[in-house]
Amino acid sequence: MAEFLQQLINGISLGSVYALVALGYTMVYGIVRLINFAHGDVYMVGAFAGYFAIKTFKLPFFAALVAAMAVCAILGVIMERIAYKPLRNAPRVAALMTAVGLSMFYQNFTIYRIGAQPKAFPKIAQVNWQFAGVTVSNSQVLILGTAIALMIILHFVVQHTKMGKAMRAVSQDRDAAMLMGINVDNTISFTFAIGSALAAAGGVLVGQYYGVVQPLMGALPGLKAFVAAVLGGIGIIPGAMIGGLILGVAEAGVSAVGFSTYRDAVAFGILILILIVKPAGILGKNVREKV
Amino acid sequence: MMNNSGSVLLITMLLIASLIFTACANKPAEPAAPAAGDNTEEGDIVIGGILPMTGAIATFGQSSKKGVDLLVEQVNAKGGVLGRKVVFKVEDNKSTQADSATAAQKLIQQDKVVAIVGAVASSNSLAAAPIAQEAKIPMVSGSSTNPAVTEVGDYIFRAAFIDPFQGAVMANFATKDLKAVKAAIMTDANSDYSIGLGNVFKDVFTANGGTIVSEVSFVSGDTDFNTILTTVKNAKPDVVFVPSYYDTVGLILNQAKNNVGFPAEVKFLGGDGWDSPALFELAGDAANGHYFSNHYSPDVDSPEVKAFIDAYKAKYNEVPDALAALAYDAANMILTSIEKAGTTDAPALRDAIAAVELNAVTGKIKLNEKRDPVKSAVVIVVEDQKQKYFTTVNP
Repeated sequence: MAEFLQQLINGISLGSVYALVALGYTMVYGIVRLINFAHGDVYMVGAFAGYFAIKTFKLPFFAALVAAMAVCAILGVIMERIAYKPLRNAPRVAALMTAVGLSMFYQNFTIYRIGAQPKAFPKIAQVNWQFAGVTVSNSQVLILGTAIALMIILHFVVQHTKMGKAMRAVSQDRDAAMLMGINVDNTISFTFAIGSALAAAGGVLVGQYYGVVQPLMGALPGLKAFVAAVLGGIGIIPGAMIGGLILGVAEAGVSAVGFSTYRDAVAFGILILILIVKPAGILGKNVREKV
Repeated sequence: MMNNSGSVLLITMLLIASLIFTACANKPAEPAAPAAGDNTEEGDIVIGGILPMTGAIATFGQSSKKGVDLLVEQVNAKGGVLGRKVVFKVEDNKSTQADSATAAQKLIQQDKVVAIVGAVASSNSLAAAPIAQEAKIPMVSGSSTNPAVTEVGDYIFRAAFIDPFQGAVMANFATKDLKAVKAAIMTDANSDYSIGLGNVFKDVFTANGGTIVSEVSFVSGDTDFNTILTTVKNAKPDVVFVPSYYDTVGLILNQAKNNVGFPAEVKFLGGDGWDSPALFELAGDAANGHYFSNHYSPDVDSPEVKAFIDAYKAKYNEVPDALAALAYDAANMILTSIEKAGTTDAPALRDAIAAVELNAVTGKIKLNEKRDPVKSAVVIVVEDQKQKYFTTVNP
């Protein structure tokens, strides 16, 4: 029982990071119908920004977290303006290929500038709490707490601010929103900024938790977060959170019962299964497209 | 934000994602066609070196070259071998298999070397060895520990002990020195090195009367070890054997102490893959108190080690690592054998190397019938994020 609880906590910690990254996928998809495959690498850039904020600028952990989120928010806006905006009316595959290209650019640029060697991410002072045979570390509490706090803030922004209303309007019907006087370009940029900032937060939290950052760290978690977004129903914000948590717990569960080498296979098996059984995702409804 | 514009797009993306993954696979190189060697009887004695001077394991190659350069300098200062000057010619294999094969070709055909030192990584040695074997040029690797390397043929030798030996060393160390009765094993499912050491550890530890309470595996490149470490911790082992490379081990030690909360009494054990300063960077103080086996330690109290360290420090102003010592020994095996054979003729030289007995820096070297040395290993303990000699284990 204690072991079950322990692995559940491991899974939730992992899952809340997937959820943070999946939110960026889902928001961007919701608003411009683009799977931003460079999103996993924004997460990597965020982790490195946090690393340098702590190592070079000697910032405390939370200041570094905010700094990394700011860096990636700006990066997200630049990425959208330079790479995706010119392609907004092009066929979707063109934008998709651009995303894959950007992903490779981020990875190789980082290798070129910083080097391929993994860097040790500075750990915060470690505290472990024991109760009922279960160990919870402050890194895990930090991940969970930060993820929940960011999701609450996100929910508030989307549901209760003018910008959030604009985002929802643009995602429903871009042309109608434009006719209503909403600045569509700024709304889309804002969405990219928020999504990228959340990915950066995920990157810094993971860097701290695992103790390492490296240029290719975003590739696999990026794809898994994509699975999480699809699992919950792509384009749906609560869906990304649910999908991320399910995926994290599933991976931890597979490792716990002794099939640790299969956990990536399980993550992508879930994707195949959901596409066959319920392509719209857990929270998605099948909406018939009108012609 | 809700819409479902069809799963076709998602499937397309999945396909693209899978393409990205498969594009990363490496193609192993085919060794090029071998050619006959030709040894000059007069003039300088040319020894070739196939070393990774650049690429992934560049520091290993640079250390190895320093070791051999030092030996050549010492030998030439004493008048050379058979009254002839020794020249060491290095070809960079860029840490790759393809360039190891090319380097072997070039050294044998163009430079007419009488013997080759190298390569460092077992996979690189395996690419070069068939060419040396075909040309009947003796090749002595300093640090390739995979058993398959010397199985290529009777002209291929090594100065290091082989992988399975390290597993046995650590299993005996766990039983005798640490009085452990319960062990857990964590192996990298993608690495022959890791699996090989793990299997031998398991056999020897069980034969010593111990129990393996948990066996888990991971794949190279993983960064999350929290779940498997939780499984291992709940099995309550006395020792955990992690035969993997420093980049992974660093994370495992870090997460074991900081995230999963392993008690300090549980010792982690490993092999020579741990031997890198990067381990201490990644693990921080979580590496302290754990043990690994290695070929050599600068702290060993023997006249050979002392003389080697003094000469190395005088020449390079740094303490030699295991790679430098092993390459020094490999080259020493060749030069001693040339002196003994009285010729650089390949068959005579081969027989002399096979029969070599040497009080080398990394221990007493005497080859068995498989051309692998039977020699001792040292156990290193990590203290204060530094390597410290703990004990010597004889075969």
